[in-house]
Amino acid sequence: MRDHRALMAALLALVGALFAASLLIGPAGIAPAQALAALLRGDATAEALVMREIRLPRALLAVMIGASLGLAGAAMQGYLRNPLAEPGLIGVSGSAALGAVIALQTGLAASFALGLPLAALAGAAGAVALLLALAGPRGGSLTLILAGIAVSALAGALTALVLNLSPNPFAAAEIMFWMMGSLVDRSMTHVWLALPLMVVGWALLAGLGRGLDALTLGEDAAETLGISLTRLRLMLVAGTACVVGAGTAVAGAIGFVGLVVPHILRPFVGARPSALLPASALGGAAMLLAADVAVRLVLPERDLKLGVVTALVGAPLFLHLIYRTRAEGL
Amino acid sequence: MVSVNLCADQFALMLAAPGQLVSVTHVAADPHVSVMAEATHGLHRNRAQAEEVHALAPDLVLAGPWTPAHTVAMLRRLGIAVTVIPDVRTLDAVPDALRATGAALGREAEADAMAETYVNELEALRAAARDTPGPRAVLHSPNNYTSGTGSMADQILTLAGLSNLAAEAGIAGGGFLPLEEMVMLAPDMVISAEPYPGASRAEEVLRHPAARALAGPGRHALLADSDWTCGTPHVLRAAARLRNAAQEVE
Amino acid sequence: MLTVENLSVARGPCTVIDGVSLSVGPGEFVGLIGPNGAGKTTLMRAALGLLPHTGESSLAAMPAQTRARTVAWMPQSREIAWPVAVETLIALGRLPHLPRGAHLAPADRNAIDAAIARMGLESFRTRAANALSGGEQARVLIARVLAQDTPLILADEPAAGLDPAHQITLMHAFAAEARAGRSVVASLHDLGLAARHCTRIIALHHGRVAADGPPAQALTPALLAEVFHITAHVAQTPHGPVCQPLEVIR
Repeated sequence: MRDHRALMAALLALVGALFAASLLIGPAGIAPAQALAALLRGDATAEALVMREIRLPRALLAVMIGASLGLAGAAMQGYLRNPLAEPGLIGVSGSAALGAVIALQTGLAASFALGLPLAALAGAAGAVALLLALAGPRGGSLTLILAGIAVSALAGALTALVLNLSPNPFAAAEIMFWMMGSLVDRSMTHVWLALPLMVVGWALLAGLGRGLDALTLGEDAAETLGISLTRLRLMLVAGTACVVGAGTAVAGAIGFVGLVVPHILRPFVGARPSALLPASALGGAAMLLAADVAVRLVLPERDLKLGVVTALVGAPLFLHLIYRTRAEGL
Repeated sequence: MVSVNLCADQFALMLAAPGQLVSVTHVAADPHVSVMAEATHGLHRNRAQAEEVHALAPDLVLAGPWTPAHTVAMLRRLGIAVTVIPDVRTLDAVPDALRATGAALGREAEADAMAETYVNELEALRAAARDTPGPRAVLHSPNNYTSGTGSMADQILTLAGLSNLAAEAGIAGGGFLPLEEMVMLAPDMVISAEPYPGASRAEEVLRHPAARALAGPGRHALLADSDWTCGTPHVLRAAARLRNAAQEVE
Repeated sequence: MLTVENLSVARGPCTVIDGVSLSVGPGEFVGLIGPNGAGKTTLMRAALGLLPHTGESSLAAMPAQTRARTVAWMPQSREIAWPVAVETLIALGRLPHLPRGAHLAPADRNAIDAAIARMGLESFRTRAANALSGGEQARVLIARVLAQDTPLILADEPAAGLDPAHQITLMHAFAAEARAGRSVVASLHDLGLAARHCTRIIALHHGRVAADGPPAQALTPALLAEVFHITAHVAQTPHGPVCQPLEVIR
């Protein structure tokens, strides 16, 4: 089992560079040297306020959410042994968004600190559990995609319904945010809101490597290699719900990251599911940082949604994967 | 008499004789956007649809310039007279709208009196604003929307003796000012929209730590949508309120 | 090595395995034979504790980690989900011997190399395992089982899909394991292979043991007629017992 130090180092460097770009690019047009100085100084100047309260949380959330989506995608694919599994596509993110919207509109989010991410977590957990039950342990592509379409559609419709029933005139127009995701004007409050659950989720998902490797040989073989499939399934559901729930609660549902990243990185780690987990986490962070920089560069004044960029990259790949899966027989 | 436009609703509610007005739009009863919400008690509330208006059998319908043309055409085809109350884009256009409504309602005298009071108050405020170059303020609405040159909100700010930073930043009419840019403009005062009930991400930005850092104690004022959505004589009350807030900053 | 006591498995109203008792000792290479649906796979999976059952099985009673170091299982479905390298896949057999997070030790490498050599896979080491032909994949999966280095091997139709040379290689490999003091239980459809290489034959019929003993004693014309509905040429040769099926009995 080879190490992939070179790959991990390259991905880390990429994340670092994109993180810096995310900090340095913005409508305020602060010169890079000045921006970094203001970030470190943290005084009461306008520059420091922009760097510390606006750009830093945005870049941090891109890393956290990107890593979460990459990790969750790699874990779900490993468990279902299906490269089409992805939290956004099969309705897990959409259900998390529904949970978040319900928490916001019922006042649950305002009544206690973790109300928002926990409600999103509940939505995500419900969706993962339902999908695993529907698609079965082997996760046949056709069942998985069909179940995902149904869950996505239902979650989207209910989210729209809750938003339409809101007494707030702006809420109704925000279905796009919840379905496509955005990191615009997020604050450190959101970082602290999402971080605790994400850390729990990362720990759970990172512990799946050995079991996912064994599952390459199928369930029976994995079980006789000493892997408890019940425990594995529970950790997967809980871990995915934690990271996707926390991320969606603060940034909306962002699709395709968990699909594209594992697909690109799989050949570089020799397709080993355990090695794919950390690589996908870094890759996801890089992809979301890049997408979030892109929305600022391409249409800076239009609040282009992140999901639009990730879908433009991801949807063609998804179609390609479906085509290939079809060739192998669904 | 039936009104199917929020601005026409408010003018009509100010001028109509008791019993003259039968129905206004349902939004006229929402205090967030209408200054005459209380006056709608007991009135029928419509959704500006030809069928329900026809059922009320009015002699005249007041509409606005943005009332869908097909609704107006449908009402006219049904034999109902429709008067369009002109849009108020400037502080000086308020008397015209008052008089147009007064004429439609047959309440010319009341309209003239109200217009005259308005003009006097406006001139008084203008005179007071002229000699004080006021604090630099920015309007911060949900989704980082702001109002620049030419907008009613801009005129209210100027009248209150404030200089509108959004106009300085080159925003004409309404536009979006990214939070970063707003911070960099370093306003003396932030005027944010009064929040609606329920929650929305659009309004969340008004409570962003960076926005709150700018809008410290004494450097923050609220401007309700009802204050400037329609150019009713009430815009002067909003201007007077902002002027008091501005004096605190100084 | 393996002791099964009064084992029964019910699937719905059907009893698939009906009170089977048997025990396999060190040095035995057991050929588990029986027609389709006789319960070969079910018996092995239940004995491993992978299926709900009644009765006792020494393997099912073990904690999962102990069982993983006691028995290696080769399922009938030959799953290789990802394009992992052949040697990486075979290395999965070492998982039960590796503490969490540990890397392969020299002992693990030796076991992997030995398994690769045993199945003649040296030239495939770095090839993507799921891109190989069916027979090659089977050999890789057998090598994984050998690399697990357990005192007991259970294999479900390991010879299916292999060419004659590789079938014989496989049987020799299992026979060598048995000679080294381990035990092998393999379900087989090829009665000739079973007769020629196994030290003991267990024939299943309708979920019960119909015959159990050395090939020459177990493979009687009466058994073949009753269980398989065939006639066969069974003979002792200098190379060992030979069993060649001839005709179907109607």
